[in-house]
Amino acid sequence: MWRRLVVGVATSALVLSACQQAAAGEVEVFSWWTAGGEADGLAAMVEVFNEEYPDLTFVNSAVAGGAGTDARAQLATRLQQDDPPSSWQGHAGQELIGTYVAASQIEPLNFLYEEEGWLDVMPETLIPLISDGDSIYSVPVNIHRANVMWYIPSRLEEWGVEAPTTWDEFLAIAATLQAADVTPLAIGFQWTHMHLLETVLLGSLGADAYSALWDGSGDWGSADVTAALETYQQVLEFTNSDASTLEWDQAAQLVVDGNAAFTIMGDWAEGFFKAQGLEPETDFGWASAPGTDGLFQFLSDSFVLPVDAKNREGALAWLRVAGSQAGQDAFNPIKGSIPARSDGDRSLYDAYLTSAMDDWASDTVVGSLTHGVVANDAWKAEIDTALGLFLADGDVGAFQEALVAACAEAGPCS
Amino acid sequence: MQVRVAFRGRWVAVGMLAPSMLAVAIFVYGFIGWTARVSLSEWRGLLPDYTWAGLANFVDLFADRRFHIDLVNTLVFTSFFVVGAVTVGLLLAILLDRQFRGDSVFRSLFLFPLAISLVVTGVAWRWLMNPSTGERLSGLNLLLGTFGIDPLAWHTTDQPWGIAWVALPAVWQMAGFTMALFLAGLRAIPEELKEAARVDGASELQVYRGVILPLLRPVLLSALIILGHLSLKVFDLIVAMSGKDIRLDVPSIYMWTTTFDANNYARGAAIAIVVLVMVAVLVVPYLAWSLRREAEL
Repeated sequence: MWRRLVVGVATSALVLSACQQAAAGEVEVFSWWTAGGEADGLAAMVEVFNEEYPDLTFVNSAVAGGAGTDARAQLATRLQQDDPPSSWQGHAGQELIGTYVAASQIEPLNFLYEEEGWLDVMPETLIPLISDGDSIYSVPVNIHRANVMWYIPSRLEEWGVEAPTTWDEFLAIAATLQAADVTPLAIGFQWTHMHLLETVLLGSLGADAYSALWDGSGDWGSADVTAALETYQQVLEFTNSDASTLEWDQAAQLVVDGNAAFTIMGDWAEGFFKAQGLEPETDFGWASAPGTDGLFQFLSDSFVLPVDAKNREGALAWLRVAGSQAGQDAFNPIKGSIPARSDGDRSLYDAYLTSAMDDWASDTVVGSLTHGVVANDAWKAEIDTALGLFLADGDVGAFQEALVAACAEAGPCS
Repeated sequence: MQVRVAFRGRWVAVGMLAPSMLAVAIFVYGFIGWTARVSLSEWRGLLPDYTWAGLANFVDLFADRRFHIDLVNTLVFTSFFVVGAVTVGLLLAILLDRQFRGDSVFRSLFLFPLAISLVVTGVAWRWLMNPSTGERLSGLNLLLGTFGIDPLAWHTTDQPWGIAWVALPAVWQMAGFTMALFLAGLRAIPEELKEAARVDGASELQVYRGVILPLLRPVLLSALIILGHLSLKVFDLIVAMSGKDIRLDVPSIYMWTTTFDANNYARGAAIAIVVLVMVAVLVVPYLAWSLRREAEL
């Protein structure tokens, strides 16, 4: 009786595993591209994938939630269960290195870079930021710029103001705008406040001092940082009071509707404006965030190869498409970003994106905080808590102390 | 003969309960034990790290400014929610106890909100309690505006009162439940007691104060305990209303963000244990008291 039971169980196990082999044509990819231009861009890249690999089925496991906070929570659960998808989207930089490389959950991709010749077409300054030592860990699909200020030119004319180039200029025109019953700066949930914070820090401190804060050589307690935080506090006084109920696109909507003058958001906002039927330069305009002209604060969406990926060959196929010219040129024009590769077909990109491609080639490149380049998850969470407490009580001194403590506890400061 | 039957019956009873007991032992008590172990460890990344840390996580937690906000918010929310739900529920129960025509329709209406997910309630009330002013006036502020009342900030009021406004949708959702509890309690009061009081010359108000409300005390206690432990664990309503705004932070949200955003499993487990202790302080004495009461009866 026992022998029959054992044989029965063994046979079922064999049959079940055979079934799983047959289903191996699936490639499950996790991302947070669920809205507007992002979802459409992903669909275009999936079309390229389906053309090149017709035997593989793409399974879209996208999870909504700005900057991927909810998607990463779900991913963590999957990884704990040792059930990784075939690939997932992650922000190139410390978000990937500090989390997944530290836990040995993703594989180095140097072999793929050599096979596909990517080292020749991707910018040099990017590679160290997506590597741990000499091992490259992700395939960047796009480059986004965080320090961009958006506005509607016709409305600025109406109100008699110009896009400010420094924060002092912004504070000067803010009163004029408020008198016209216009919110000077539209902003949303807490993460958009962190996004604003990093552009203010960059604008006040400059590229070198800003980068020094993240590699442990800078001093978070310095007077320069105090001045930057005080500027930040002053700027916040000119934002909309219902910010905590708005997502980034709803804040951008305020600019479209004429209720606000400016919003500082990454250049994925371009996809949003275009989806509203607005044309770049004529209907909507952009400038570097005040104080950051000549500086490209970047973030990059990239895909990884999990250790024990589901359908490893399928995962590698997806990565090849993600790093290919066809894949990146399918995805980026729609998503509103520029390819990480330098050989993108410029004719496919609109006015804003071609200007961004020029900037990418010439500006000084620094990393974004909110979008995972310069700080790992634990450090970023400490900064986020400190920021939340600051937004609640407005105490700059306590905020700076908390930032110093955050760097000491979760970052490279001693 | 009788002893043998009783013996066999007992084994059948144990057999039927065994699967549930096993499930509870593993999935409730086993996991509580594991969480307690993690809270005493240094697990701070994606890979489990059970290095012994003693009570360090708890000490750090109670010195944490964000956790102080959480505790204050929990206290404020619990107070407003429990008082609100009990008052409204009792009022509705007293009114429905009058037994007029169509009272079952009203009973159902008041119970409907219970069927809605707290996330749906949170989103709907977020729209209603939209604090935008000026041209973007909407929701309840628009209604107040037609009566000439200034727009309110609702749940975006400064900490600690913002969370008191979140108690409004929570009361809306749970008042039906408290109403059902009190209705059952009211129906259990023998009519003779009320008649006797009326015959003795008591007014209706005196009948309520002297006879009915005192007899509702056990039901009130049950309601307080159930509502209390729900409010200590509130999570989805607040996240649906405000994302992760720190001004409305509560321990369960802090636990979620610190575990999944910061990968700080040790701190998340410590918060979970603190919440467990808070709920146990509420529920365990009540269970002991009601078990003792049953034994006496």
